[in-house]
Amino acid sequence: MSTRADAGQPVEYSPSKVVEGNRYGWLFVYAVLYIAFLYVPPLFLPLFSFNDSIYVAFPIKGFTFEWYRQMAKSTGLLDALYNSLKVGAVVCLASTLFGMLAAKAMTRYTMPGKGPMASFIMLPLVVPGIILGIALLVLTNQVGLELSLFTIGVSHVLICVPFGMLVLISRLEGFDKSLEEASLDLGVNAWKTFWRVTVPLALPGIIASIMLTFLISFDEFILAFFLAGNEVTLPIYIWSQLRFPAKLPSVLALGTLILTVTMVLVAVAEWIRRRGTATTKPTAG
Amino acid sequence: MATSDAIIKITSCSKHFGPVRAIDDVSFDIARGEFFSLLGASGCGKTTLLRLLAGFEQPTKGNIFIDGQGMAGVAPNHRPTNMVFQSYAIFPHLDVRRNIGYGLRDAGLSKKELDGKIDQMLELIKLPGFGSRAAHQLSGGQRQRIALARALIKRPKVLLLDEPLGALDKKLREEMQLELRALQRNVGITFVFVTHDQEEALTMSDRIAVISQGKVLQIDTPTSLYESPNCKEVAGFIGTMNFFDGTVKSMEEANAVVDAGPLGDVRTRPFAAKLPASGASITVAIRPEKINLNPSRPSASHNVIEGRMSAAAYLGDRSHYYVAVKGRNAPIAVAAQNVNAARSWLGGQDQPVWLSWREDSVILLDR
Ligand SMILES: Nc1ncnc2c1ncn2[C@@H]1O[C@H](COP(=O)(O)OP(=O)(O)OP(=O)(O)O)[C@@H](O)[C@H]1O
Ligand SMILES: [Mg+2]
Repeated sequence: MSTRADAGQPVEYSPSKVVEGNRYGWLFVYAVLYIAFLYVPPLFLPLFSFNDSIYVAFPIKGFTFEWYRQMAKSTGLLDALYNSLKVGAVVCLASTLFGMLAAKAMTRYTMPGKGPMASFIMLPLVVPGIILGIALLVLTNQVGLELSLFTIGVSHVLICVPFGMLVLISRLEGFDKSLEEASLDLGVNAWKTFWRVTVPLALPGIIASIMLTFLISFDEFILAFFLAGNEVTLPIYIWSQLRFPAKLPSVLALGTLILTVTMVLVAVAEWIRRRGTATTKPTAG
Repeated sequence: MATSDAIIKITSCSKHFGPVRAIDDVSFDIARGEFFSLLGASGCGKTTLLRLLAGFEQPTKGNIFIDGQGMAGVAPNHRPTNMVFQSYAIFPHLDVRRNIGYGLRDAGLSKKELDGKIDQMLELIKLPGFGSRAAHQLSGGQRQRIALARALIKRPKVLLLDEPLGALDKKLREEMQLELRALQRNVGITFVFVTHDQEEALTMSDRIAVISQGKVLQIDTPTSLYESPNCKEVAGFIGTMNFFDGTVKSMEEANAVVDAGPLGDVRTRPFAAKLPASGASITVAIRPEKINLNPSRPSASHNVIEGRMSAAAYLGDRSHYYVAVKGRNAPIAVAAQNVNAARSWLGGQDQPVWLSWREDSVILLDR
């Protein structure tokens, strides 16, 4: 496209074009470095997961599926993965539900103390994880609750609700609140209006919130570390296995699988989000 | 208007948002089957009043009765009203048929009955065959009609319309004004219609309530509002008006003589009901189209004044002239139909002209 535009330009414009080209040249180099910085480290994961050596180091020795085979046989690792999936699934649904209710309250109702309440919900975002972890540990001991996946899940909901709420507030603010009023006006009660109008229109946001909170829970370490009982989540398991070099390659294999699934999920979510905005954007009359 | 046949009764109703008095102690009735307009400048409280009727807001004080029933604490979904929103609020995730049928989903109709009703509505709004369109494939005018159909299919006792024509271009708006009026006569439903466009209100309404800062200034038929406004604000808001301050000099039978400063003595024939007292300070108001423009001094002995042409605007069917008179800063507005091709004697700026008007064209208002 640029060549076609250049062809039509008078000659005198070319010096400024060169200057511009140079500037964009530097920007391009910067962009490449930045992307490399972001994406090259994760690429070591798949690379070494197929490397036929127990040591995670260059030079690459050869190609093998051995680590994937070991991973499939390692019950400790699979149990931890299953635990993480279980906690993540419950946490993402619970925190999206709570986030939705909070977002609806924040955007649709006027009530006393709305501002302080919002800050209160956001608090776990700014409290350092280690403080929160200790505090929750003390609390569970005081209450006499046994440390388990349940305590991990509760702590994850605590830090995930603000994210879900933020995502959903921006979604709910993105559509006209008279749509919900129109539904009420047409004789449909508040509960059915929520399901027939609010939820379908907020769906892209709901999906985004579910995915985001799942991922937060899935790789959360500090709270899980403090609050884990006998059963551990994947990050804790991986951390505990780092002492044994022989176990590392199968962790890399699992990491590669998770990376792939995550990328597919994010792509799907983005696709849904774009479709969502395309159909809910009103065409101005 | 017989109050016994009022479908809406509003009794000393107020709505405050913090310090803002959006609606300030308003009382009036709307008759069954009436096309009733709420007219006022932006921010005067029209939407708030409509939302009070629809049930989206609760009055701070006072009561609203619809068809004899008190509406205090009645939720919007239980009121016999339906609303056409300013933004139309067409559900973006539903197609046209589902939008129109939305309010009847829980009515327990069979699929066939519901389809029949939707088809009837599509016919009524002249969009048959549009049923399967998605909401984003519609023009502004089409959205407006669908919002109307969606509300009408519920057969409400009262239809509330919040500036439904505001987003349309001028030509479509004029078309829709006639259509909406005809539709209202057909279905026989009471319409409460909000607009800030005085021409629109005049063409469509049986009665108009003029609202300013949350208060109702006057409720009357379009003709009465235009010909005999009850205060300066209404007179200025509906159409154009020339105002002059004056004092009543004398009353001669039913005629008043007012000393109106630069205009000299103005003779008027005020309504018998509003005879002012001698010596009272009042405002003299004259509509531009009721002033005659003369090339030379007319023979009449009073209600004549000399001025100089200061500006003229040609509008095709009519022209607006602005005439400067001695002792007055603002020029006097005069409107004249262009019956003859042009006013050949009009020489242009600064030409001397004489203005004259009939005694019964003058309106006297409290200052
Ligand atoms: N929810 C609210 N909270 C606070 N103030 C409000 C609220 N709704 C309306 N107001 C105020 O009440 C007044 C009347 O508003 P309203 O929307 O009824 O005006 P309107 O006549 O419909 O104006 P427009 O022609 O611009 O639509 C305005 O001063 C507005 O700022
Ligand atoms: Mg309004």
